[in-house]
Amino acid sequence: MIQVPLSVGVVAVSALAVAMFPRSVLVFLLFQGSLLFVYRARIPERLRWSLLAAALLVLMPVIGYFNSYYLEVATQVGIFVALALGLNIVVGLAGLLDLGYVAFFAVGAYSWAIFGSPHANIILGGGFPLAGWWFYVFLLVGLAVAATTGILLGLPVLRLHGDYLAIVTLGFGEVIRVLANNLDKPINFTNGPKGITPISRPPTPFGLPYGEYFYFLALLIVVAVVIVNRRLEDSHIGRAWEAIREDEVAARAMGVPLVRMKLMAFACGASFAGVMGVLFSAKQVFINPESFTFLESIGVLAMVILGGMGSIPGAVVGATVVTVLNLQVLKGFSLWLNELKNAGVTVLGYSLADLPTQFEPAKYERMVFGVILVLMMIFRPQGIFPARRRQRELGG
Amino acid sequence: MDVELLIGIFPQVLLDGIILGFMYALIALGYTMVYGVLEFINFAHSEIFIVGAFVGVEVMLGLKSVGLLEGLPWPVVLILVLLAGMAGSGLLAVAVERVAYRPLRNAPRLIPLISAIGIWRNAFNLVYPTLDVLNLRFELTETMDVSVKSLVVIVGALLMLWALHLIVNRTKVGTAIRAVAEDQAAASLMGIDVNRIISLTFLIGGAMGGAAGVLFGVQYGLINPYSGFIPGLKAFTAAVLGGIGNIPGAMVGGLVLGLLEAFAASYLSLLTGGAFGAEYKDILAFSLLILILIFRPKGLLGEVVRERA
Repeated sequence: MIQVPLSVGVVAVSALAVAMFPRSVLVFLLFQGSLLFVYRARIPERLRWSLLAAALLVLMPVIGYFNSYYLEVATQVGIFVALALGLNIVVGLAGLLDLGYVAFFAVGAYSWAIFGSPHANIILGGGFPLAGWWFYVFLLVGLAVAATTGILLGLPVLRLHGDYLAIVTLGFGEVIRVLANNLDKPINFTNGPKGITPISRPPTPFGLPYGEYFYFLALLIVVAVVIVNRRLEDSHIGRAWEAIREDEVAARAMGVPLVRMKLMAFACGASFAGVMGVLFSAKQVFINPESFTFLESIGVLAMVILGGMGSIPGAVVGATVVTVLNLQVLKGFSLWLNELKNAGVTVLGYSLADLPTQFEPAKYERMVFGVILVLMMIFRPQGIFPARRRQRELGG
Repeated sequence: MDVELLIGIFPQVLLDGIILGFMYALIALGYTMVYGVLEFINFAHSEIFIVGAFVGVEVMLGLKSVGLLEGLPWPVVLILVLLAGMAGSGLLAVAVERVAYRPLRNAPRLIPLISAIGIWRNAFNLVYPTLDVLNLRFELTETMDVSVKSLVVIVGALLMLWALHLIVNRTKVGTAIRAVAEDQAAASLMGIDVNRIISLTFLIGGAMGGAAGVLFGVQYGLINPYSGFIPGLKAFTAAVLGGIGNIPGAMVGGLVLGLLEAFAASYLSLLTGGAFGAEYKDILAFSLLILILIFRPKGLLGEVVRERA
């Protein structure tokens, strides 16, 4: 029971530390670590959830009030958590390796971008942009459009396995990007590489600033996605997915409807990405095809793999770690290195100022994804937080 | 529509298609050989291909700095560059296999695949620290006549394909490679060192990719680290089109795809009055891939693909 005061203490201390050093990356990492500690600690469930809720609902916005960049990071984390959870359904539960996942994110983002900006006037005549409250309707529209796209992709590739499926989904992701880049003629749907702007934002309730508003909205969607995921995992659908993952022939013999289940996996995974796409386009105000490259798909995959395929807490932690690594740790390290360089510090007689100028950790994003994938596969293929069922299989 | 123009550009488009096709064929060989032996798609191959081009350029720059670029006759320089590119790519391929694939040989199928994706587009960082401003030019061939360049590419590709054919079909090593592809366990019972043969397959496939990289540089003059991505995907499509695991299939598939793309790139915008530009050739290639996989998954020349549990 020592863990009860410990958990409360850790959260309190990290909150205090953040209040005192609002600009320190290390302290912000400490705050995130404390959340993880609370999640893993052996304390009563009610205390655990109230601590987490307090941290996410109260502390985080307060931190964001002092340093809005952290709020931006937290919102990004929320977006990627939802993406990772969606991909987790397709890759982790159903075992269908999808390398073009970001395409669904793009479809969601473009659906609001086109109708939420004056751009739609070019296609449909006048009357656009739609009023801000349509944004909420489009959260559902984005979901539906992405799910439909998922089914459309799923239909032709149903018969493919492993490697073939991977390469076809990858081709599909590229096709969506090429379309986004080139559909500015004959009819201008996407405005090509120039992208679409300005995209309307919804009116915020209680006069919340937009930073806080999008943070809360992302959090709300993430919570909804987690609940849906949990319910799915233990339902007959989730079990059917896992049966397909383990052995397709046996699953079919047991009466699992392969076609329907696979399509459902694609549609579910895609729909989460679609919703987040709508949020993303409103948050950014501007989108262009550059945001939806292959690297993003690999990044989301790295998050799922790092956390553990098929594991919900794994996807959440994986998304958080990778996003924070990209947005803060690598960037922070670059800045720090530059400061050292400018100060003319020497390490073991080697002046840091002599380091080649191209050497900049922030540019190693792709490499980080790659190294994560390879190392995890070799040393811990089940991920940081293995799925319960998988844990039983591999640990037993 | 200007029929004369359509006919007028035909020979040039045909030539472009053939060159592109040979390029795809060389890259596709890397995919197909590895697939034949391990039944696994080496996603990192597109990276290995473009590293070959970069090694070639570096050697060229090295020769230039010691004043040999002008001193030697250009065919000699070209051969040196080609050999360097092949060696670089071949060794990189072997290293990748050693580090990222061999420890996972017996793991479930998804696992080496993900490891391969991790290597893909990252192996490059090991050779060059950053990628942002890296555009290198093939100075050797900048002044060369276009027809000479085309000839170099076609002859080079044909030589490579012929050499590969000899190695695989006429030598002892080639027999061993085919034996391992057929049945690993039986091959090892016959005294073949399977690990060595797999390394060798990666070496040969990688070297073919490296040669393709150098020829790519010769033909297009400018390379950057991202140039490998799309040709790699296309070459994979070519390998599947011809029947993956099948060496003549890779060549046929490469040529078909190259021709198709060249014609799409030049005629699509002419025929649709500019509504659909050359960019749609990528979409065409991927649609083709999906269609083949649905209707003829074994490819044009392929054997029946066994289902592996």
